[in-house]
Amino acid sequence: MALHDLPLRVVLYEGSGAESVDAESRWAAMNALLERGFAVTRAGAERPVSPADATPMLVVARWQQPPPDSADAKVRWGSLDPATVAEQAEAARAEFSSPTPGAWRPWFPVIDYDRCTNCMQCLSFCLFGVYGVDPEKRIQVQNNDNCKTNCPACSRVCPEAAIMFPKYKAGPINGDVVSDSDLNREKMKIDISSLLGGDVYSLLRDRSERARSRFGKERDSDKALAERQKCLNKLASLAADIPAEVLMSLPSPEEIARKAAEASAKAQSALADQSPRTAPTT
Amino acid sequence: MSHPPVPPPPALLYCHCQYAQVVSPEVKAAVLKKLCESDLPFEAVPDLCELSARRDPSLKRLAAAGPVKIAACFPRAVKWLFAAADAPLPLGATEVLNMRTRSTDEVLASLFSPELRPNLPEGKVTAADAPASAGASADVNHPPS
Repeated sequence: MALHDLPLRVVLYEGSGAESVDAESRWAAMNALLERGFAVTRAGAERPVSPADATPMLVVARWQQPPPDSADAKVRWGSLDPATVAEQAEAARAEFSSPTPGAWRPWFPVIDYDRCTNCMQCLSFCLFGVYGVDPEKRIQVQNNDNCKTNCPACSRVCPEAAIMFPKYKAGPINGDVVSDSDLNREKMKIDISSLLGGDVYSLLRDRSERARSRFGKERDSDKALAERQKCLNKLASLAADIPAEVLMSLPSPEEIARKAAEASAKAQSALADQSPRTAPTT
Repeated sequence: MSHPPVPPPPALLYCHCQYAQVVSPEVKAAVLKKLCESDLPFEAVPDLCELSARRDPSLKRLAAAGPVKIAACFPRAVKWLFAAADAPLPLGATEVLNMRTRSTDEVLASLFSPELRPNLPEGKVTAADAPASAGASADVNHPPS
Protein backbone atom coordinates (compact mmCIF):
# COMPACT_ATOMS: atom_id res chain seq x y z
CA MET A 1 0.00 0.00 0.00
CA ALA A 2 1.30 3.47 -0.81
CA LEU A 3 1.05 5.28 2.49
CA HIS A 4 2.23 8.58 1.13
CA ASP A 5 -0.66 9.26 -1.24
CA LEU A 6 -2.81 12.15 -0.11
CA PRO A 7 -6.16 11.17 1.35
CA LEU A 8 -9.39 12.95 0.50
CA ARG A 9 -10.52 15.69 2.88
CA VAL A 10 -14.23 16.48 3.18
CA VAL A 11 -15.33 19.97 4.21
CA LEU A 12 -18.78 20.60 5.68
CA TYR A 13 -19.57 24.12 4.58
CA GLU A 14 -22.37 26.26 6.03
CA GLY A 15 -21.12 29.73 5.20
CA SER A 16 -22.12 32.35 2.68
CA GLY A 17 -24.17 30.96 -0.19
CA ALA A 18 -25.23 27.90 1.75
CA GLU A 19 -27.91 27.05 4.31
CA SER A 20 -26.98 26.19 7.84
CA VAL A 21 -27.72 22.62 8.78
CA ASP A 22 -29.52 21.25 11.82
CA ALA A 23 -27.31 19.58 14.40
CA GLU A 24 -28.80 16.13 13.84
CA SER A 25 -28.08 16.19 10.10
CA ARG A 26 -24.61 17.59 10.72
CA TRP A 27 -23.85 14.78 13.14
CA ALA A 28 -25.29 12.13 10.82
CA ALA A 29 -23.17 13.37 7.92
CA MET A 30 -20.06 13.68 10.06
CA ASN A 31 -20.51 10.24 11.58
CA ALA A 32 -21.17 8.58 8.22
CA LEU A 33 -17.97 10.06 6.81
CA LEU A 34 -15.81 9.15 9.81
CA GLU A 35 -17.14 5.60 9.86
CA ARG A 36 -16.04 5.26 6.24
CA GLY A 37 -12.61 6.60 7.13
CA PHE A 38 -12.79 10.14 5.72
CA ALA A 39 -11.30 13.16 7.49
CA VAL A 40 -13.82 15.96 7.88
CA THR A 41 -13.47 19.68 8.51
CA ARG A 42 -16.39 21.67 9.77
CA ALA A 43 -15.45 25.10 8.55
CA GLY A 44 -16.44 28.31 10.29
CA ALA A 45 -15.24 31.75 11.16
CA GLU A 46 -14.91 31.46 14.93
CA ARG A 47 -11.87 29.26 15.15
CA PRO A 48 -9.06 28.18 12.90
CA VAL A 49 -9.18 24.99 10.92
CA SER A 50 -6.49 23.58 8.70
CA PRO A 51 -6.03 25.70 5.58
CA ALA A 52 -6.38 24.20 2.14
CA ASP A 53 -3.32 22.71 0.56
CA ALA A 54 -2.55 20.12 -2.08
CA THR A 55 -4.88 17.61 -0.42
CA PRO A 56 -7.88 16.86 -2.66
CA MET A 57 -11.12 18.19 -1.19
CA LEU A 58 -14.81 17.52 -1.44
CA VAL A 59 -16.81 20.53 -0.19
CA VAL A 60 -20.37 19.61 0.73
CA ALA A 61 -23.12 22.10 1.56
CA ARG A 62 -26.80 22.82 1.14
CA TRP A 63 -26.17 25.30 -1.61
CA GLN A 64 -28.51 28.26 -1.99
CA GLN A 65 -26.94 29.00 -5.31
CA PRO A 66 -24.73 26.94 -7.57
CA PRO A 67 -21.36 26.31 -5.97
CA PRO A 68 -18.55 28.51 -7.24
CA ASP A 69 -16.66 27.58 -10.35
CA SER A 70 -13.27 26.47 -9.30
CA ALA A 71 -10.19 26.34 -11.37
CA ASP A 72 -8.67 24.12 -8.71
CA ALA A 73 -8.57 20.63 -10.07
CA LYS A 74 -8.30 19.25 -6.55
CA VAL A 75 -11.72 20.53 -5.38
CA ARG A 76 -15.11 18.94 -5.96
CA TRP A 77 -18.49 20.20 -4.77
CA GLY A 78 -21.25 18.09 -3.30
CA SER A 79 -24.48 18.09 -1.37
CA LEU A 80 -24.62 17.96 2.41
CA ASP A 81 -27.05 15.08 2.48
CA PRO A 82 -26.35 12.63 5.31
CA ALA A 83 -27.83 9.75 3.32
CA THR A 84 -25.50 10.15 0.37
CA VAL A 85 -22.48 12.07 1.62
CA ALA A 86 -20.35 8.98 2.22
CA GLU A 87 -21.04 7.75 -1.32
CA GLN A 88 -20.15 11.19 -2.70
CA ALA A 89 -16.89 11.05 -0.77
CA GLU A 90 -16.18 7.57 -2.04
CA ALA A 91 -16.74 8.71 -5.63
CA ALA A 92 -14.43 11.69 -5.14
CA ARG A 93 -11.83 9.47 -3.51
CA ALA A 94 -11.89 7.15 -6.51
CA GLU A 95 -11.68 10.09 -8.92
CA PHE A 96 -8.63 11.50 -7.16
CA SER A 97 -7.11 8.04 -6.68
CA SER A 98 -6.75 8.83 -3.00
CA PRO A 99 -5.93 5.91 -0.71
CA THR A 100 -8.79 3.69 0.37
CA PRO A 101 -9.44 4.41 4.04
CA GLY A 102 -9.01 1.43 6.29
CA ALA A 103 -7.17 -0.63 3.68
CA TRP A 104 -4.42 -1.03 6.24
CA ARG A 105 -5.14 -1.30 9.94
CA PRO A 106 -2.82 1.24 11.57
CA TRP A 107 -0.91 -0.92 14.02
CA PHE A 108 2.71 0.09 14.38
CA PRO A 109 5.20 1.12 17.06
CA VAL A 110 5.46 4.75 18.12
CA ILE A 111 8.72 5.71 19.79
CA ASP A 112 8.74 7.99 22.83
CA TYR A 113 12.05 9.76 22.26
CA ASP A 114 11.86 11.30 25.74
CA ARG A 115 12.48 7.79 27.03
CA CYS A 116 14.39 6.11 24.20
CA THR A 117 18.11 5.65 24.87
CA ASN A 118 18.87 4.45 21.34
CA CYS A 119 19.97 1.08 22.68
CA MET A 120 18.85 -0.67 19.46
CA GLN A 121 17.21 -3.58 21.30
CA CYS A 122 14.08 -3.11 19.20
CA LEU A 123 16.03 -3.08 15.96
CA SER A 124 17.86 -6.23 16.97
CA PHE A 125 14.66 -7.95 18.06
CA CYS A 126 12.22 -7.21 15.26
CA LEU A 127 12.39 -9.73 12.47
CA PHE A 128 10.07 -7.89 10.17
CA GLY A 129 12.25 -4.92 9.29
CA VAL A 130 10.02 -2.35 10.98
CA TYR A 131 12.95 -0.48 12.52
CA GLY A 132 15.93 1.22 11.00
CA VAL A 133 18.23 4.12 11.74
CA ASP A 134 18.17 7.62 10.36
CA PRO A 135 21.25 9.31 8.88
CA GLU A 136 22.28 10.32 12.42
CA LYS A 137 22.08 6.64 13.44
CA ARG A 138 19.06 7.27 15.57
CA ILE A 139 16.50 4.49 15.85
CA GLN A 140 13.32 5.13 13.91
CA VAL A 141 10.26 3.31 12.62
CA GLN A 142 10.87 2.96 8.91
CA ASN A 143 8.43 0.34 7.65
CA ASN A 144 5.35 0.64 9.81
CA ASP A 145 3.21 -1.41 7.47
CA ASN A 146 5.55 -4.38 8.00
CA CYS A 147 4.39 -4.54 11.62
CA LYS A 148 2.27 -7.54 12.57
CA THR A 149 -1.17 -6.44 13.70
CA ASN A 150 -1.76 -6.82 17.44
CA CYS A 151 1.84 -7.83 18.11
CA PRO A 152 3.46 -5.67 20.84
CA ALA A 153 6.54 -7.88 21.19
CA CYS A 154 9.16 -5.18 20.53
CA SER A 155 7.66 -2.96 23.21
CA ARG A 156 8.21 -5.78 25.67
CA VAL A 157 11.93 -5.91 25.05
CA CYS A 158 12.40 -2.15 25.36
CA PRO A 159 14.13 -1.58 28.70
CA GLU A 160 12.79 1.97 28.95
CA ALA A 161 9.14 1.30 28.02
CA ALA A 162 9.71 3.76 25.20
CA ILE A 163 7.76 1.88 22.54
CA MET A 164 4.04 2.49 22.36
CA PHE A 165 1.25 0.92 20.38
CA PRO A 166 -1.55 3.47 20.89
CA LYS A 167 -4.25 0.92 20.10
CA TYR A 168 -2.97 -1.58 22.63
CA LYS A 169 -5.32 -2.40 25.48
CA ALA A 170 -3.13 -1.62 28.49
CA GLY A 171 -0.52 0.77 29.75
CA PRO A 172 2.18 1.76 29.35
CA ILE A 173 2.24 0.25 25.86
CA ASN A 174 -0.89 2.23 24.99
CA GLY A 175 0.82 5.50 25.93
CA ASP A 176 -0.23 5.65 29.56
CA VAL A 177 2.34 6.85 32.07
CA VAL A 178 5.18 4.49 32.93
CA SER A 179 5.32 3.06 36.44
CA ASP A 180 8.27 1.58 38.28
CA SER A 181 6.77 -1.86 37.89
CA ASP A 182 6.66 -1.34 34.14
CA LEU A 183 10.37 -0.71 34.18
CA ASN A 184 10.87 -4.00 35.97
CA ARG A 185 10.07 -5.57 32.65
CA GLU A 186 13.80 -5.34 32.08
CA LYS A 187 13.96 -8.21 34.53
CA MET A 188 11.44 -10.11 32.46
CA LYS A 189 13.58 -9.58 29.41
CA ILE A 190 16.52 -11.09 31.25
CA ASP A 191 14.33 -13.98 32.28
CA ILE A 192 13.38 -14.61 28.68
CA SER A 193 17.01 -14.57 27.71
CA SER A 194 18.10 -16.95 30.43
CA LEU A 195 15.22 -19.28 29.78
CA LEU A 196 16.01 -19.39 26.13
CA GLY A 197 19.68 -19.81 26.72
CA GLY A 198 21.24 -16.44 25.99
CA ASP A 199 18.88 -14.81 23.60
CA VAL A 200 15.99 -15.78 21.41
CA TYR A 201 18.01 -15.80 18.25
CA SER A 202 20.94 -17.78 19.53
CA LEU A 203 18.47 -20.35 20.79
CA LEU A 204 16.81 -20.49 17.42
CA ARG A 205 20.20 -20.79 15.76
CA ASP A 206 21.20 -23.59 18.10
CA ARG A 207 18.00 -25.38 17.46
CA SER A 208 18.44 -24.85 13.78
CA GLU A 209 21.89 -26.46 13.93
CA ARG A 210 20.61 -29.36 15.97
CA ALA A 211 17.72 -29.76 13.56
CA ARG A 212 20.13 -29.69 10.62
CA SER A 213 22.20 -32.36 12.27
CA ARG A 214 19.16 -34.53 12.68
CA PHE A 215 18.11 -33.87 9.10
CA GLY A 216 21.36 -35.49 8.07
CA LYS A 217 20.22 -38.64 9.80
CA GLU A 218 16.51 -38.74 9.29
CA ARG A 219 15.40 -35.73 7.18
CA ASP A 220 12.31 -35.41 9.33
CA SER A 221 10.77 -32.04 8.57
CA ASP A 222 7.93 -32.66 10.99
CA LYS A 223 10.39 -32.89 13.86
CA ALA A 224 12.09 -29.68 12.78
CA LEU A 225 8.78 -27.91 12.74
CA ALA A 226 7.94 -29.28 16.17
CA GLU A 227 11.25 -27.95 17.50
CA ARG A 228 10.58 -24.52 16.14
CA GLN A 229 7.07 -24.52 17.50
CA LYS A 230 8.28 -25.57 20.93
CA CYS A 231 10.73 -22.70 21.00
CA LEU A 232 8.16 -20.18 19.89
CA ASN A 233 5.63 -21.51 22.37
CA LYS A 234 8.11 -20.81 25.16
CA LEU A 235 8.35 -17.24 24.02
CA ALA A 236 4.59 -17.01 23.69
CA SER A 237 4.04 -18.31 27.20
CA LEU A 238 6.11 -15.42 28.53
CA ALA A 239 4.41 -12.78 26.46
CA ALA A 240 0.95 -14.17 26.13
CA ASP A 241 -0.39 -11.32 24.04
CA ILE A 242 1.83 -12.05 21.06
CA PRO A 243 -0.66 -13.46 18.56
CA ALA A 244 -0.12 -17.07 17.53
CA GLU A 245 -0.30 -16.11 13.89
CA VAL A 246 2.62 -13.76 14.41
CA LEU A 247 4.69 -16.50 15.95
CA MET A 248 3.74 -18.88 13.19
CA SER A 249 4.56 -16.36 10.51
CA LEU A 250 8.10 -15.95 11.74
CA PRO A 251 10.64 -16.82 9.09
CA SER A 252 12.45 -20.14 9.04
CA PRO A 253 15.25 -20.59 11.58
CA GLU A 254 17.85 -19.97 8.86
CA GLU A 255 16.07 -16.83 7.76
CA ILE A 256 15.75 -15.70 11.37
CA ALA A 257 19.48 -16.17 11.85
CA ARG A 258 20.23 -14.17 8.71
CA LYS A 259 17.81 -11.34 9.62
CA ALA A 260 19.03 -11.25 13.20
CA ALA A 261 22.62 -11.00 12.01
CA GLU A 262 21.71 -8.17 9.65
CA ALA A 263 19.76 -6.30 12.33
CA SER A 264 22.51 -6.85 14.86
CA ALA A 265 25.13 -5.52 12.44
CA LYS A 266 23.00 -2.49 11.76
CA ALA A 267 22.47 -1.91 15.47
CA GLN A 268 26.16 -2.39 16.25
CA SER A 269 27.12 0.02 13.52
CA ALA A 270 24.73 2.63 14.87
CA LEU A 271 25.93 2.08 18.41
CA ALA A 272 29.58 2.31 17.36
CA ASP A 273 28.87 5.65 15.74
CA GLN A 274 27.32 6.88 18.98
CA SER A 275 30.45 6.11 21.00
CA PRO A 276 32.67 9.06 21.76
CA ARG A 277 35.41 9.15 19.23
CA THR A 278 38.93 8.72 20.55
CA ALA A 279 40.97 11.85 20.31
CA PRO A 280 43.86 11.42 17.91
CA THR A 281 47.24 11.17 19.59
CA THR A 282 50.17 13.11 18.38
CA MET B 1 -0.81 51.94 25.60
CA SER B 2 -0.83 48.80 23.51
CA HIS B 3 -2.37 45.59 24.75
CA PRO B 4 -0.65 42.28 24.28
CA PRO B 5 -2.11 40.35 21.34
CA VAL B 6 -4.99 38.09 22.28
CA PRO B 7 -4.06 34.50 21.56
CA PRO B 8 -6.30 32.82 19.03
CA PRO B 9 -8.85 30.38 20.42
CA PRO B 10 -7.55 26.85 20.21
CA ALA B 11 -8.38 24.77 17.19
CA LEU B 12 -10.37 21.65 17.99
CA LEU B 13 -9.51 18.19 16.76
CA TYR B 14 -11.54 15.05 17.34
CA CYS B 15 -10.19 11.54 16.69
CA HIS B 16 -12.76 8.84 15.92
CA CYS B 17 -10.25 6.01 16.57
CA GLN B 18 -12.00 4.16 13.79
CA TYR B 19 -9.80 1.10 13.48
CA ALA B 20 -9.80 -0.15 17.06
CA GLN B 21 -12.27 -0.64 19.88
CA VAL B 22 -10.19 1.02 22.55
CA VAL B 23 -12.31 4.13 23.03
CA SER B 24 -15.83 3.64 24.31
CA PRO B 25 -18.30 4.10 21.42
CA GLU B 26 -20.62 5.93 23.83
CA VAL B 27 -17.95 8.49 24.71
CA LYS B 28 -16.99 9.01 21.09
CA ALA B 29 -20.61 9.42 20.02
CA ALA B 30 -21.42 11.85 22.81
CA VAL B 31 -18.34 14.01 22.18
CA LEU B 32 -18.92 14.13 18.44
CA LYS B 33 -22.60 14.91 18.93
CA LYS B 34 -21.87 17.84 21.24
CA LEU B 35 -19.29 19.17 18.82
CA CYS B 36 -21.87 19.02 16.04
CA GLU B 37 -24.45 20.75 18.22
CA SER B 38 -22.08 23.59 18.94
CA ASP B 39 -21.44 26.29 16.37
CA LEU B 40 -17.72 25.72 16.60
CA PRO B 41 -15.60 24.79 13.63
CA PHE B 42 -13.51 21.71 14.18
CA GLU B 43 -11.51 18.99 12.52
CA ALA B 44 -12.56 15.36 12.80
CA VAL B 45 -10.27 12.58 11.71
CA PRO B 46 -11.12 8.92 11.43
CA ASP B 47 -7.91 7.76 13.05
CA LEU B 48 -4.87 9.73 14.18
CA CYS B 49 -2.72 6.60 14.01
CA GLU B 50 -3.51 6.18 10.34
CA LEU B 51 -2.75 9.84 9.63
CA SER B 52 0.52 9.57 11.52
CA ALA B 53 1.53 6.44 9.62
CA ARG B 54 0.78 8.22 6.37
CA ARG B 55 2.52 11.40 7.53
CA ASP B 56 -0.63 13.20 6.56
CA PRO B 57 0.00 16.89 5.88
CA SER B 58 -3.03 17.88 7.95
CA LEU B 59 -1.06 16.94 11.09
CA LYS B 60 1.66 19.40 10.16
CA ARG B 61 -0.91 22.12 9.53
CA LEU B 62 -2.60 21.47 12.86
CA ALA B 63 0.65 21.39 14.76
CA ALA B 64 1.76 24.65 13.18
CA ALA B 65 -1.54 26.47 13.59
CA GLY B 66 -1.13 27.45 17.23
CA PRO B 67 -3.05 26.34 20.29
CA VAL B 68 -5.05 23.16 19.87
CA LYS B 69 -7.28 20.88 21.92
CA ILE B 70 -7.32 17.26 20.84
CA ALA B 71 -9.93 14.74 21.93
CA ALA B 72 -8.18 11.44 21.43
CA CYS B 73 -6.25 9.12 23.75
CA PHE B 74 -3.17 9.33 25.98
CA PRO B 75 -1.22 12.60 25.71
CA ARG B 76 2.09 10.73 25.45
CA ALA B 77 0.80 8.70 22.51
CA VAL B 78 -0.67 11.75 20.77
CA LYS B 79 2.54 13.72 21.22
CA TRP B 80 4.66 11.07 19.56
CA LEU B 81 2.10 10.21 16.86
CA PHE B 82 2.39 13.80 15.67
CA ALA B 83 6.16 13.74 16.06
CA ALA B 84 6.36 10.57 13.98
CA ALA B 85 4.66 12.50 11.19
CA ASP B 86 7.27 15.26 11.40
CA ALA B 87 4.59 17.46 12.95
CA PRO B 88 5.64 18.13 16.54
CA LEU B 89 2.86 19.67 18.58
CA PRO B 90 3.58 22.89 20.49
CA LEU B 91 4.34 21.72 24.03
CA GLY B 92 2.92 24.77 25.71
CA ALA B 93 -0.15 25.12 23.54
CA THR B 94 -1.64 21.64 23.25
CA GLU B 95 -4.23 20.05 25.50
CA VAL B 96 -5.03 16.40 24.91
CA LEU B 97 -8.31 15.07 26.27
CA ASN B 98 -8.13 11.35 26.84
CA MET B 99 -11.37 9.68 25.77
CA ARG B 100 -10.01 6.31 26.91
CA THR B 101 -9.85 7.25 30.56
CA ARG B 102 -12.00 10.33 31.11
CA SER B 103 -15.77 10.52 31.21
CA THR B 104 -17.80 12.18 28.51
CA ASP B 105 -18.61 15.07 30.81
CA GLU B 106 -14.96 15.63 31.67
CA VAL B 107 -13.89 15.56 28.04
CA LEU B 108 -16.64 17.95 26.98
CA ALA B 109 -16.04 20.34 29.85
CA SER B 110 -12.38 20.67 28.90
CA LEU B 111 -13.09 20.78 25.20
CA PHE B 112 -15.53 23.68 25.47
CA SER B 113 -13.73 25.52 28.23
CA PRO B 114 -12.19 28.77 27.01
CA GLU B 115 -9.13 27.90 29.04
CA LEU B 116 -6.35 25.86 27.49
CA ARG B 117 -4.50 23.56 29.89
CA PRO B 118 -1.41 22.31 28.10
CA ASN B 119 -0.66 18.77 29.16
CA LEU B 120 1.77 17.23 26.72
CA PRO B 121 4.46 15.37 28.65
CA GLU B 122 7.93 16.82 28.70
CA GLY B 123 10.70 14.40 29.47
CA LYS B 124 10.16 11.00 30.99
CA VAL B 125 6.61 10.47 32.19
CA THR B 126 6.11 8.42 35.31
CA ALA B 127 3.16 7.64 37.52
CA ALA B 128 3.92 10.80 39.50
CA ASP B 129 3.02 12.81 36.42
CA ALA B 130 -0.45 11.31 36.09
CA PRO B 131 -3.19 13.93 36.31
CA ALA B 132 -5.20 14.13 39.48
CA SER B 133 -8.74 12.87 39.00
CA ALA B 134 -10.48 15.48 36.95
CA GLY B 135 -12.89 17.64 38.82
CA ALA B 136 -14.29 19.48 35.86
CA SER B 137 -17.21 21.64 36.76
CA ALA B 138 -18.12 23.44 33.56
CA ASP B 139 -21.68 23.14 32.38
CA VAL B 140 -21.35 20.71 29.52
CA ASN B 141 -24.96 21.16 28.50
CA HIS B 142 -24.28 24.71 27.53
CA PRO B 143 -21.06 24.81 25.59
CA PRO B 144 -20.13 28.21 24.27
CA SER B 145 -21.37 28.78 20.79
